[in-house]
Amino acid sequence: MLTDYPRIGERVRRETLPNGLPVILVEKKDYHRKYAMFATRYGGMDMRFFSRGRWVDTPAGIAHYLEHKMFDTEDGNALQELAKNGAEPNAFTANDMTCYYFDCTHHFTDNLRLLLSFVSVPYFTDESVAKEQGIISQEIRMIEDNPEWQVYHNLMQCLYHNSPAKTPVAGSVDSIRKITAKTLYRCHKAFYTPANMCLVVVGDVDGEEVLALANEVLGSEKGKPIPRDYGPEEDLLPAQKETAIAMEVSMTNFLAGCKCPPLGTGEERYRQNIVGDLACDILLGESSPLYARLYAQGLINGTFGYDYDALPGAAYLTFGGDSADPHAVAEAVLEEVARLQREGLDEGYYLRVRNANLGDTIRSLNSFESIAIGFVEGCFHSFDPNRFPEIYDSITTGDILRFLGDNLTREKLAMSIITAKEG
Amino acid sequence: MRFTRKEIMQDVYLTYLHQRKFKTCLLSVQLITDLRRETAGFNALVPAVLRRGTMRHPDMESLSAALDALYGATIDYTVRKKGERQCVGFVAQCIDDAFAPGREKLLEPVTELLGELLLDPVTRNGRFMPAYVDSERQNLLDAIRSLKNDKRDWAEVRLMQEMCADEPYGVLRLGDEGSVSRINHQKLYRHYQELLTTAPVEIFYCGSAEESRVETALLSALASLPRGRVARPEPIVLRRAPEEPRYVVEEMDVTQGKLSMGWRCETDDIPAMIMANLLFGGSSNAKLFMTVREQLSLCYYAASGFARSKRIMTVSSGIEVKDYDRALAEILHQLDLVRQGQWEPWELESARAAMDSALTALGDSQGAMENYCLGQNALGLDETPEELLAALQSVTRERIMAAAQAAHLDTVYFLKGKEETPC
Repeated sequence: MLTDYPRIGERVRRETLPNGLPVILVEKKDYHRKYAMFATRYGGMDMRFFSRGRWVDTPAGIAHYLEHKMFDTEDGNALQELAKNGAEPNAFTANDMTCYYFDCTHHFTDNLRLLLSFVSVPYFTDESVAKEQGIISQEIRMIEDNPEWQVYHNLMQCLYHNSPAKTPVAGSVDSIRKITAKTLYRCHKAFYTPANMCLVVVGDVDGEEVLALANEVLGSEKGKPIPRDYGPEEDLLPAQKETAIAMEVSMTNFLAGCKCPPLGTGEERYRQNIVGDLACDILLGESSPLYARLYAQGLINGTFGYDYDALPGAAYLTFGGDSADPHAVAEAVLEEVARLQREGLDEGYYLRVRNANLGDTIRSLNSFESIAIGFVEGCFHSFDPNRFPEIYDSITTGDILRFLGDNLTREKLAMSIITAKEG
Repeated sequence: MRFTRKEIMQDVYLTYLHQRKFKTCLLSVQLITDLRRETAGFNALVPAVLRRGTMRHPDMESLSAALDALYGATIDYTVRKKGERQCVGFVAQCIDDAFAPGREKLLEPVTELLGELLLDPVTRNGRFMPAYVDSERQNLLDAIRSLKNDKRDWAEVRLMQEMCADEPYGVLRLGDEGSVSRINHQKLYRHYQELLTTAPVEIFYCGSAEESRVETALLSALASLPRGRVARPEPIVLRRAPEEPRYVVEEMDVTQGKLSMGWRCETDDIPAMIMANLLFGGSSNAKLFMTVREQLSLCYYAASGFARSKRIMTVSSGIEVKDYDRALAEILHQLDLVRQGQWEPWELESARAAMDSALTALGDSQGAMENYCLGQNALGLDETPEELLAALQSVTRERIMAAAQAAHLDTVYFLKGKEETPC
């Protein structure tokens, strides 16, 4: 099926292979680059799942570990094979997905064959799995030295009681010790099936060739849907109000946040995501009165940022950055929400920020990676990421005020602080 | 890629590239100066203060509102180091007129706003606003101090400071704490006027507008640019490595050690040195990645880079503190292999393919093209990506070996955790 999006100058073809794999081809004429992303709906939070008649518990960090090991092939290493063609391959594991991708200018068909093969055919041994522990432990230790990661990780510990949102995607140096080749094979078999994956290709490519190749390499076996357990739904109050640690940073850094209700699927999910992002921009963005005031008072600087994010069974809104007085910033944010509830939202300001936000999203279509991730999310949650202009049209000031009033309240707010270590 | 470059005012050059495939247009205006310890902080502070407000939009709220109204156009200030040049200015991006919902013309108002930011800052009694200078000086100091937050970057910064202690190349892009803290609003304003009068200006445009339209918009926006005696850049001085390499060890509270190394490449054969670096550690199939990381699991990352204008090659790696001796020896061994011509044909093919891909894909990113052209123009070079590619393709095995043999180890910097046994 071919869809044209005249408002944003895009054209997309969507097909589903007989084995159930959705394939999305985003046409980009005049580009030299060609990009493919092969993704599975399996991430750091999918630690407990139902397979072969029983619930299976797996160690934290296993999806990420599997990502590392998938590059091993019978002939050596897929990274090496792709790099020989000048392709830049890489992968990442998020809370709810693992994505493998490459970017290239030459030999696209060869590269796509390699990508589909190495991701669909596991090849590792007890020794090769054991050896990876050194590399991943180093990666984990490097992440743990990163103040931005720490401040986020600690906030998640504050916000949630039991949700796997608390668990780092890479796991811990301890948890990954329990990972064996056998468990990795089992997880691969369960989650790396055409029905649980999708393929997105961006660039000036021959669609028929892509479809034929995916059919040939991936075969006809569909795989079964895999139920997962993210624990019981939590109330929206934080497990703990505040946490603080000291690290070698130059100044105090903080991240504050509130739990939001988990999202469903379909276009309503996408709409809710856009409402959340837009509400954050309106409240905290660079052109907001609050931002200008806090910046002028020296309470925030250019590191100030915010985010609204949806995870499996969880969603949250965060804001933070470097600040000499995180509590004063949080207090000002809560007061501004209260003021907006009292006085309403200026229509002119709202439309301006909405246009800016729309412009940002159009601009993001320059990035093949961001296009591909958008379609992977759209595919896993049944929405069309290219329908954002229509969604923006439908959002009102009422949507924004309701979102802020429901979610950003004093009782729900938790805070994670990193202070500078003395000496 | 067909760039054109022409002088549109005295010592003001427009590099123009017509391109319809992007969703946006990009316009960059950069002042080019010599990187010097005494002026680096001043130059870095100027665009940050200018970005705070113009006579028409005297505060950030008003500026942001103006940008929002242009569908989220962005005008970011930039401070870049290109060899021993410091380039400061603004990069503007806005959605292409074709995607503005009302088909508004966005290029002209964005160019006008950029011109205002550069030439018509908000002033009182002919001076910058003291409050803006104070807060941006504080932000700049925070940014300089926060360099140590990312330990990987910090180890590279410290290596350059040690290795090029009395050369412009060792000067931090943002200047140093001591000199920045002594800047006041009077001194800064004088410096700003001097900079405007004496710096050559490099402008870059990529988008769908015709060249004459871009030129007209620029001539109007820059009409009041003062042009005096424009400074000619100082030539870059190339040094030799000391007889014996210097070893520097420092401690910080980190779990992962960071090893950085620097070589002086005493050769004029730049294409061969670029290839030697790619084989050694400059691509994902390079020896450092394949051996030190993948085979020996000695580190989480190990990569090399080559700064052609200064002929310095560096290695950056993250290792366990106890592995210092082994990692150091192994990195040196891998360079020896390049010197001896010990590589497989596929390694060279991969290195060439990586370069081919990177240079071909350059035309698919407006930001990458702007950065490439700025590098060329700031350093007085005139080499298209295609010409560089051709030069790299004709490099022979003997030339690569000779180039690698001309690389002499200058300094080794190691950042290790506290309370570890000395290495």
